[in-house]
Amino acid sequence: MSWVYLATAVVLLVGMFMILIRAIAGPTVYDRILATNALGTKTIVFVTLLGYISGRTEFIDMAIIYALVSFITTIAILKFAEMGRLD
Amino acid sequence: MQAHEIVTTILLALGCLVSMTGAYGLLRMPDFYTRLHTAGKTDSLGQFLIFLGLVLVTPDLLTQLKLIAVAMILMIAAPTATHAITKAAHLHHLRPWTKGDPGGEP
Repeated sequence: MSWVYLATAVVLLVGMFMILIRAIAGPTVYDRILATNALGTKTIVFVTLLGYISGRTEFIDMAIIYALVSFITTIAILKFAEMGRLD
Repeated sequence: MQAHEIVTTILLALGCLVSMTGAYGLLRMPDFYTRLHTAGKTDSLGQFLIFLGLVLVTPDLLTQLKLIAVAMILMIAAPTATHAITKAAHLHHLRPWTKGDPGGEP
C-alpha cells in the first residue's frame, strides 16, 4: 500500500514544481499570491502523505498548523498589497 | 489488496488528476482571472478527495478526526483566500483578458 502514497506524493511534487514556475514568472503580484496559496494547499497534502509513507501519523498535526498559518499568511500579504501597510 | 484499499487508491488517483489539472491550468491559462478559476476550484476538490481516501485506510478514530479537521479547515480557508485575492485584484483595476487581446501566451 505504501507505493500508492509514494506515487501520489511524486505526482503532487510535479504539480508543486509547475505552480512554483508560475509563482516565479507571474506577471502581476496577484499571480504570485495565488500560486503561493495553491502551493500551500499542495504542501499540506504532501506533508500528510509523508506521514503515511513513513508510518508516523503525527504528521497530521503539522498539517493542521500549516493550514492555519498558510491562510493567515495569504490574508496578511493581501492586506499589505492592497493597503500598503498592515495596521 | 482489500476492498477499502482499492477505493483509497481510486480516490488518491482522482485527487492527483484534479490537482494536476489545477497546476497545468495555473501554468497555461492566459490571464489572472482564468488562472484563479482553475486554481481556486481544483485545490479544494483535490485535497478533499485525497483526505477522504486517507480516512478510509486509517484504523485510528482520533487520526480520522484529525484528517477530517484538516479537510474542513481547508474547505473553509481556501475559497476565502481565493475570494480575497479576487477582491484585491478587482480593487486594483486589473482588467480581465478578452479575446483578441495580446498576452494570450502563457
